[in-house]
Amino acid sequence: MEISLLLEAVYQKYGYDFRQYSEAHIRRRIMNRMVMSGLENVSQLQAKVLSDEAFASKLLQDLSITVTEMFRDPSFYRSLKENVIPILKTYPFIKIWHAGCATGEEAYSMAILMQEEGLYERTTIYATDFNQQALNKAKEGIFSNGMIKEYTTNYQLSGGKESFSSYYTSNYDNVIMNQSLKKNIVWANHNLVTDSVFAEAHLILCRNVLIYFDKNLQNKVQKLFYNSLINGGILCLGSKESLRFTDLYDEYTDVDNKQRIFKKKY
Amino acid sequence: MNYEAIVIGVSSGGMNAMKILFSALPADFNIPITIVQHISPRSDNQWIKLLNDKSNLHIKEADEKEKIEPGNIYISPPNYHLMIERDKTFSLTIDERVNFARPSIDVLFESAAEAYNNNLIGVVLTGSNNDGTKGIKRIKECGGLAIIQNPETAESSYMPASAIAAIKPDYILSLEDITELLIKIDKQNNNPYELNNQK
Ligand SMILES: C[S@@+](CC[C@H](N)C(=O)[O-])C[C@H]1O[C@@H](n2cnc3c(N)ncnc32)[C@H](O)[C@@H]1O
Repeated sequence: MEISLLLEAVYQKYGYDFRQYSEAHIRRRIMNRMVMSGLENVSQLQAKVLSDEAFASKLLQDLSITVTEMFRDPSFYRSLKENVIPILKTYPFIKIWHAGCATGEEAYSMAILMQEEGLYERTTIYATDFNQQALNKAKEGIFSNGMIKEYTTNYQLSGGKESFSSYYTSNYDNVIMNQSLKKNIVWANHNLVTDSVFAEAHLILCRNVLIYFDKNLQNKVQKLFYNSLINGGILCLGSKESLRFTDLYDEYTDVDNKQRIFKKKY
Repeated sequence: MNYEAIVIGVSSGGMNAMKILFSALPADFNIPITIVQHISPRSDNQWIKLLNDKSNLHIKEADEKEKIEPGNIYISPPNYHLMIERDKTFSLTIDERVNFARPSIDVLFESAAEAYNNNLIGVVLTGSNNDGTKGIKRIKECGGLAIIQNPETAESSYMPASAIAAIKPDYILSLEDITELLIKIDKQNNNPYELNNQK
C-alpha cells in the first residue's frame, strides 16, 4: 500500500512509471535502499525521494537492474545464426532494436555476430534503455577485465569464428571494444512504458526486461513490439520469457520456441 | 493453523537430500513446495526430470508468472532469482548475486514471507554457505514455521548451523524426521484445496 503511494509519487514528479512492475521486485529493491540509507519506513523514503533529486536518481538505478552479459545464453546465439541470419540476409538493409540494452554488452555481441556473418555494413543496431547512466557506459564500450574470461567462454560456446580478443584492446583492468563495432550502433534513451513505437524493425530483442513487469504491462509492451516489427520480423525474448500469456500469442509463429525466437505473421 | 506453502533452501549435498525428501512424500501431499537449490548457471534441467521420475508429486522448474498450485514441487531455474508475489505467482529476476548465489535462498524466502505471512513453512537443509539465514529469520518475523536440518545429519553442516545460530527454530531434525513432520502437517492442514475439490 505504502509502496504504491511511493510509485505514484515518483511517477507524478519524475515521469518514471514503475506502477506495473513486479511487486516483489520493487519491494525488495526499496527495502534494500531503505536499510542502506538508514531510513525507517517507506513514507520517510518517499519524502526523501521527492525532495532530493540525487537520491531519486539513486532509487531509479536501484529499480533498473542492469545486470547483463556478452553472449548470454550461447545456445540462443547459435539459434540466431542458424534460424534468423538466413532471413536477415534477404534484406538490403537491416534494422535491429535491442530494447532494454542496459550497459550494452548484448548490442556489442550482436555487432560481432553481424560482422562475422558479413552483414554488419548494412545493419543499424538501435540499442535503447531508460537508464541514461547505463547508456553512457554502453556508449563508452569499456568493460571490466574480470568478466572477459566468462564472455570468451560464452562467445566460443555460441559458435564464434574468431579469437574473442580480436574484438577489444586491453588496458589495465579494462577492455575497450573496437571502434568498428560501435560504428553502426545508435544508443538512445527510450522508456518502454511511456514512449511510443520505435522503428520499422526487422529484428527486436528484448531479453530479461519483461520479467520485471506484471502481466498487463507485458501485454502493453508486447503490442509496442508488434507495432514496431515489419511483417515477417523476428522477436527474441529472454530464455524464461514467453508470449504465451499475452494477447499477441496467435500473431507470431515459432522460429525456435525453446530459445524464445518468434516470427511476426504476414 | 493452515499452511499454504513450503519453501526450501538447499546447497551442497542437495541432490541427495532432495532425492530422500521427494521420494518419500505421498501423492496426496497438498502443500505446494518451492525450492532454491544452488546450481551452476549453465546446468540444464535434466536432473529435475530425474527427480520427477522418482517422486509421486509433480516436480518442475518454476516458470515466470506461473500460478502456484497444490501438489507441485517447483524448482528455481539456474541463473535467475526466484520470488513469490503476493498473488501467489512466481517472478524471476536477474538481479546481482546475493551471498554469491543466483538463485539465492534469501531472495526466495524473504519474498515468500511477505506473500504468505504466518501461513508459510521455511526449511533450511544441507549447504556450505550462509544463504538462507536472513530469509529464515524473515519467515520467523512474519510468524511462519522454521524447520532446520540437524547439522550433524547434514552432508554440509554450515548452512543449517548458520540458520540455527540466527533464530530459534521450531524444529531441528534429520531429513527423515523432516519428511515425517511435513506429512503430518499436511494431513492436519484444514485444507482449502480439499474443500474446493469436494464442492
Ligand atoms: C536485466 S537488464 C537486461 C539486459 C539485457 N537485455 C540482457 O538480457 O542481458 C534489464 C534492463 O531493462 C531496462 N529497463 C527496465 N525498465 C525499462 C523501461 N521501462 N524502459 C526501458 N528499459 C527498461 C533496465 O534499465 C535494464 O537495463
